[in-house]
Amino acid sequence: MEGSGPIVPSRREVESAVVRFAGDSGDGMQVTGSQFTLATALAGNDLATFPDFPAEIRAPVGTTFGVSAFQIQFGAREVRTAGDEVEVLVAMNPAALKVNLAEVRRGGLIILDSDAFTKRNLTKAGYEVDPRADGSLEPWRLLEIDMTQQTERAVAGLGLSKKEAHRCKNFWALGLVYWLFARERQATVDWLEKRFGKRPELVAANRAALDAGHAWGETAELPSEISAWSVPSARLAPGVYRNVTGSQALSWGLLAGAQKAGLGLTFCGYPITPASVLLHSLASLKSFGVVTFQAEDEIAAICAAIGAGYAGSLGVTASSGPGVALKTEALGLAIAAELPLIVVNAQRGGPSTGLPTKTEQSDLFQAVWGRNGDAPLAVISARSAADCFEVAIEAARIATTWMTPVILLTDGYLQNASEPWRVPNMADFADFPVQFHTQAPAEGESFQPYGRDPDSLARAWVRPGTPGLEHRIGGLERDALSGNISYDPDNHQVMTETRAAKIARIAKSYPPLALERGPEEGGDLLVVGWGSTWGPIGRAVSNMNEAGLAVGHLHLRHIWPLPEDLGDVLKRWRRVAVAEMNGGQLATLLRATYLVDAVPVTKVSGRPFKVAELEARLTALMKD
Amino acid sequence: MTEMPAPKKLQAKDYATDQEVRWCPGCGDYAILKSVQKTLAELEADPAQTVFVSGIGCSSRFPYYMATYGFHTIHGRAPAIATGVKLANPDLDVWVVTGDGDGLSIGGNHLLHLLRRDVDLQLLLFNNEIYGLTKGQASPTSRPGTRSPSTPSGSLDQPVSATRFALGAGGSFVARTIDTDQKRMPAVLKRARAHRGTAMVEILQNCIVYNDGVFDLFAARDVAGERQLHLEHGQPMIFGAERDKGLRLKPGTLRVEVVSLSEVPESDLLVHDETDPMLATLLAGLEPPFPVAMGVLYAEERPESWEARQLAEVGQATGRPAPGPIQGDLDGLLRSGSTWTVE
Repeated sequence: MEGSGPIVPSRREVESAVVRFAGDSGDGMQVTGSQFTLATALAGNDLATFPDFPAEIRAPVGTTFGVSAFQIQFGAREVRTAGDEVEVLVAMNPAALKVNLAEVRRGGLIILDSDAFTKRNLTKAGYEVDPRADGSLEPWRLLEIDMTQQTERAVAGLGLSKKEAHRCKNFWALGLVYWLFARERQATVDWLEKRFGKRPELVAANRAALDAGHAWGETAELPSEISAWSVPSARLAPGVYRNVTGSQALSWGLLAGAQKAGLGLTFCGYPITPASVLLHSLASLKSFGVVTFQAEDEIAAICAAIGAGYAGSLGVTASSGPGVALKTEALGLAIAAELPLIVVNAQRGGPSTGLPTKTEQSDLFQAVWGRNGDAPLAVISARSAADCFEVAIEAARIATTWMTPVILLTDGYLQNASEPWRVPNMADFADFPVQFHTQAPAEGESFQPYGRDPDSLARAWVRPGTPGLEHRIGGLERDALSGNISYDPDNHQVMTETRAAKIARIAKSYPPLALERGPEEGGDLLVVGWGSTWGPIGRAVSNMNEAGLAVGHLHLRHIWPLPEDLGDVLKRWRRVAVAEMNGGQLATLLRATYLVDAVPVTKVSGRPFKVAELEARLTALMKD
Repeated sequence: MTEMPAPKKLQAKDYATDQEVRWCPGCGDYAILKSVQKTLAELEADPAQTVFVSGIGCSSRFPYYMATYGFHTIHGRAPAIATGVKLANPDLDVWVVTGDGDGLSIGGNHLLHLLRRDVDLQLLLFNNEIYGLTKGQASPTSRPGTRSPSTPSGSLDQPVSATRFALGAGGSFVARTIDTDQKRMPAVLKRARAHRGTAMVEILQNCIVYNDGVFDLFAARDVAGERQLHLEHGQPMIFGAERDKGLRLKPGTLRVEVVSLSEVPESDLLVHDETDPMLATLLAGLEPPFPVAMGVLYAEERPESWEARQLAEVGQATGRPAPGPIQGDLDGLLRSGSTWTVE
C-alpha cells in the first residue's frame, strides 16, 4: 500500500455542512441518510437531521410526488436544525432534482445520476427540456456521474439481477459522499452485515458499491471548483454519546418513567403515521417487562391503556391528531375516573387526514381544550429528539403523582429526526415510587375512593385485587368522597373545581423558568416557543443576540398548566412573539391567560422553520 | 402478624352494595342481578378479585350494585377497557356487562375483536331489543317493524343475532338464557365463569317500559315450555311442556324440523354437541315457530387464554410469570448499539 495510496486532496475545512439525499421513495434515501448520520456522529460532529418523505410507500417511480429525501446538517459547532440551505444535493433522478433544487444554496454542489436523466424520466418529472441543457442549472455546480452504470460495474460478478444491482446505487452515492466529507465506512459495513446477514451476496454488492463510490471520489479528476471538505469535530461536553431519534428516546423514556415509578408499562397502540414507530420500538423491548398491545382501533387502544391503569400499570397510548380525536371521549373518562394515563400525540399536518408525513404543531388546542365538559389534564411537549427521553419521564411523574392523564406532544419531525445525545445515567433522575393504597378501612368505616391527598389533591390509587377496598368508579359524576353516582348540584360544582385545582397544582412542581438565551432581566423582544421549534428559534435568537439585539428565547416544556412564573417573565419584555407551526395557538393561549399582546409568528408548510426566515420575521417585528 | 379470622362464607346479599338500585320497577335486570349475586355466592368468588366492567345503558349500571371492584366506563368500550385490565392483571376475574345497543351497535367493533382474541372473561349481553336509557329507540336487535320514537313507521333494518355474531367472530363460548329463568341462569353463568376464554352469554331481558312483552312469544309462562329448547351436551333435543317433541335434521338437508316423539323414535333426534360450530350456528338461528335454544350453544376448549399467549413472550423474556414493574438495565439499553465517547 505504501507509496501507492491515492493522492489525498487538500480538503477545505468548513465549520458545518448541509447535505440532502433525494431520490424515489424506493431508492433507499432514508437508509442512505441514516447511514451518513451514523458515520457523521461517529466522526464527532454535532448534527440534526430531517427525513422528508411522502405518505405513499412506493409512489409511481420517477414522479415528483414520489420523491423521498433526507437532510442532515453537521458541524464543528452546536447544530440545532437540519439547515436552511442545502450545500450538497444528491439527486438520483430528475424528479428529485426538480423537487429539491430550490432548497440548494446558489453555488452549492449538485451530484446527479446522469443515467437517470432519460427522456422518459424527464417527462415524468415534468421537465419539457433537460435542465442540464437549457442553462437553468447555471447557478449551481454540477457533478454528473453515470452512477447506475458505475454501480453495475461495481457489483458485476456477484450474481445479482439487474434490478438488484440497481438497488445498490444509493450505496454508491453514499460512498462518494463519505469520501467528500472524509467519513469512515466501517459502521456502514457492520450495518450491512447485520441487515443482510442471510444474503451474503447483498452484503458484498452493497459494500462493493459503497467502496466503488468512495474510490471514484479518490481517483476521479474533479473539476477544480469542486473540492472535498473536512468538518472538524464539535466541542461537545465529555460523555458517552449516541445518535437517537425522537421515537427511540421516547420509548426508552417511557420505560424509564415506569421504572422510576416502580410500575409496569402497558402500551396500547393502533397503527398511524407518524406514531406507529413507538409501538414497534416498545414491542421489541419485552425483556424489560413492557406489555404491548395492537388494538382494533384508536378508541380501543386508549381504553385498554385506561383499563391497564385501572389495574395498576402505567397505561400509555400514542397516536397522531386524527387518532387523538377518536380518543377524546375516553380521555374524558380518565379525567373523571382520575386514573394515570399517558397519551402521546405525534402531531402532523391537519385537519382531518391532512399531511401524514409532514410536521405541524396544530394540536395544542386539541390537547389543552379539546374535550366535552370542563376537562383539565396536563400537557407537555418535547423540544428535540433527545428531549423526548426526559419528557417521557416527566409525563410518568405527572400522571402518577396527580392521578391524571397527560398528553405528551411531539411531532412528525421530532419522531423521525435524529441527533447526537449525551447519554444520561438513570441514577441522575429522581425516583417517584407509586404507593398504592392498600389499607382496608377500620370496621364500620368505608373506603372513600375519592378522598384526596391534601397537597396534590390526587385521589388514592387502589389496584383491583386489594382486599377490603372494593369500590366502584365511572364516568357519571360521582360523590366527592364515596365515588358513588351523584347528581347533586353542589357536588358537581365541588368536583369541577377540584379537578381544575388538582391540575393547577402540578405547576407547583416545575423548576423556575429559565431563558434558553438572552438577558434574564428582559429587553425588546421575547420569543416564546414550544416543541420542535426549539432548534430554529434558538439559532435565530442567537444570531440576533450576536447582532446586538436584546432578544430572548423562552421555550416551554409545560403547556398546561402553564408555569406559575410565566406571567412575570412575560412582563419583563417590551414585545412578546410566539413562533409556532400552527395558526397561532400558543399565542392565543398566552393572550387569553396573561392579557399579553403576544404576536404569532407562524408557519404551516409541513416543514420546520428555517433560521433565516425566522430571523428576518423576528427582526421585522422589532422595527414595528 | 395478626391472625385473620377465617372468612365467613358470603351470601348472595353480601355481593350487593348499599346503593339503591335504580332500574324501573319490574325490569328484567333485577332478576339478572339477583342471579349473578347468587352465582358468585355459590362459587365463593372473592369480591376483591372480581371486577365488573360496563359501558353505557341500563344494563351498564350493573357494577354499582355489585360489592366487588367495578368500572362503569363509556358507551360501547367496556370490552376494550376489560382487555387492558386483563393485560395488566390476568389473575382478576373480569365480568363485562353490556347491552344490545352498547355491545352490538356503538361497541360492535370491540365486541368483534374481544371475541376473536378470546380474552379470558365473562361477557353478559343483556338483550332487550331496544334502547332503554335513551327512551325507547330501535336497537340493532329490534325486529323489523319496531315502532319507536326514532322509527315511527316501524324499523327497517334486519336485526343482528348476538349469538350468531359471537360465533361468526370466532367466539369460544356462546350461551343464551333469559331473565325469567331464574332456575337455570346460575348454571349457565357458572359454565361461563369456568370457561377459559371469552364466555359470551346473551341474556334476553324484558324492558317493561319500552319493549314490554317482546319475548312473550316464547317466554310467557304459558308457552315457555313449548317454545324453548334447553340444551344439554350429549342429550337429544327434546322439548315441550310434556317433553313430547324433538328436533331432527330433515333428511338430506341441513334444516331442522320439529317432530313428535309419538311418531319418531328418540334415536332420530339431534343430539346436542357443544363442540360443533355448525350445530351451534344452526341452533343460534332458531326462532318461532321453532323453539328458541337456551343454554350453552357452543363451548370450545382452547389450550391457552389470549392474555396468557400475549404475556408469554414478556414472561419468557423477564422470567416473571405475571406482568410486573419495568425491570432491567436501562443504562445498558441507552448505551446499546453505536456509541462514542467525547473526552
